[in-house]
Amino acid sequence: MKIRKNVAVSDSGFLFNPLTGDSFSVNPIGQTIISSFKENKPESEILENILEEYRVDKNTAEKDLNDFKRMLENYKLID
Amino acid sequence: MEKKTYERPIIKPLNSGLMNKFGTRTEYTPKTHIDGVKVKDLLAEFGSPLFVMSEDKIRQNIQSAQRIFETRYPKVQFAWSYKTNYLNAVCNVFHQEGSWGEVVSMFEYNKALKNGVPADKILFNGPDKTDDDLKTAVKNDSPIHIDHLDELYRLIEISDEMHIKPRVAIRVNMDTGIYPMWDRFGFNYENGEAWDAINKIMATDKLNLIGLHCHIGTFMLTPSAYGVAASKLSALALNIKKRYDKVITYIDMGGGFASKNTLKGSYQLGTDAVPDIEEYAEQITSSILNAGFETDELPYLYLETGRALVDDAGFLLGSVISNKRLSDGRRSTILDFGVNILFTAFWYDHKISPAQEFSQYTEDTVLYGPLCMNIDVVRENVSMPPLNAGDNVVVHYVGAYNITQSMQFISLRPAVVMIDTKGKPHKIKSSETLEDVEKNELLPTHLNKFEL
Ligand SMILES: Cc1ncc(COP(=O)(O)O)c(C=O)c1O
Repeated sequence: MKIRKNVAVSDSGFLFNPLTGDSFSVNPIGQTIISSFKENKPESEILENILEEYRVDKNTAEKDLNDFKRMLENYKLID
Repeated sequence: MEKKTYERPIIKPLNSGLMNKFGTRTEYTPKTHIDGVKVKDLLAEFGSPLFVMSEDKIRQNIQSAQRIFETRYPKVQFAWSYKTNYLNAVCNVFHQEGSWGEVVSMFEYNKALKNGVPADKILFNGPDKTDDDLKTAVKNDSPIHIDHLDELYRLIEISDEMHIKPRVAIRVNMDTGIYPMWDRFGFNYENGEAWDAINKIMATDKLNLIGLHCHIGTFMLTPSAYGVAASKLSALALNIKKRYDKVITYIDMGGGFASKNTLKGSYQLGTDAVPDIEEYAEQITSSILNAGFETDELPYLYLETGRALVDDAGFLLGSVISNKRLSDGRRSTILDFGVNILFTAFWYDHKISPAQEFSQYTEDTVLYGPLCMNIDVVRENVSMPPLNAGDNVVVHYVGAYNITQSMQFISLRPAVVMIDTKGKPHKIKSSETLEDVEKNELLPTHLNKFEL
């Protein structure tokens, strides 16, 4: 999973893809996930961090993470 | 530490609601950079309009095509189809990637030689080869793909005169279930013409028949047609083996794979409608592999793929001259390039993107070129954001046939830039000058002067 290198995320959750000119809003957990992808963290580690930080069960977190990944792909934010 | 309340990750586009009639938004995202280089910087440095080729994309395309075929078939050789784009820089990227040359005229042949392609790796196609052309190719040991009987007979005579046995293939045309059938080139399969030509060649002993060639059409949307064609050429090759105990060295499947453009009149965007190279490869390679060749007699597979390897590596950058409202209320925008340099506008509804940010509102627009001619239409109907004079646009998928078919008509042809794999632009062709265009003109002395 690699976020396109030019994609920028601001602290306020505003995401801009200069390649397509598209902009997006991202909620805080989404921001954390994108930053983790940018740091090339493996998915298993990202999932663990979510489970540590939030009150959520593993299945839900994993399903949502996969869905989020699909959306990033859909919006062409991933190479 | 107390855990936080969970909320699922959400990403929401801020500029939604920009659906076009095809239901995709990609056409309406600005194209601000090509291979990391700003479109505006390219235009400022090299002028407008400007062709831009991506070296990286060309390499990706040919490497990927090679991988696709080589994982399915053991002996594959690509030959770059010069007519598709014969700027030397473009050809040499292909040659560096291992492609031979495929030419259809002495002009292209000499270009390939000058680029350094060994003559025995230049496939000489086409119906128009003069005696001198044939003699040069024979002397150089280039594979000659015979198009018609006159050429066949002439080659037999030349072989006699020169005491050289030329290496030849015949071009075969055939019914692959596709209409229109390209039956004006080569010898027909179904009516026995191809087999007659083969018998003729084998009977003379003056020509060395090494290959069988076909090019069943261009922008072929039906991969199965290639399966049919490959089966028919394989059948000929096996028959030659059976009848004359002669092993054919190669089967050349020509070009014709579709690029990502959208054909005029098509309801689907080209990017969605055209087959992947895998589909053509699967058809061709499984036909040959299943034809019944002995393992050590499998022919080489030659491919002369043109547009599918270079179209999406080329961009045309231009500028808005003006906007007008047509009498029927439609908006029209006049650009600084027209069908003179964008010949493929006659075939395709080209994808055109603004090169700067824009608002979410779009309007049905006609895009015109600058020529004072009614035919000069770049896009008949496209939904575009409002463009202002001086704004820039990028036309996508223009790497095939535009540079080679562009016309010097009314204005001078623009420069071409290639962005290298490190993101550095190189000028690979200067824009034309008045001197270039007049270089071959001669003025009779009595027309030197006039008074008005
Ligand atoms: C003999 C031959 N080979 C190859 C090509 C390249 O075709 P394409 O650009 O459709 O792949 C052509 C183009 O017309 C051709 O005539």
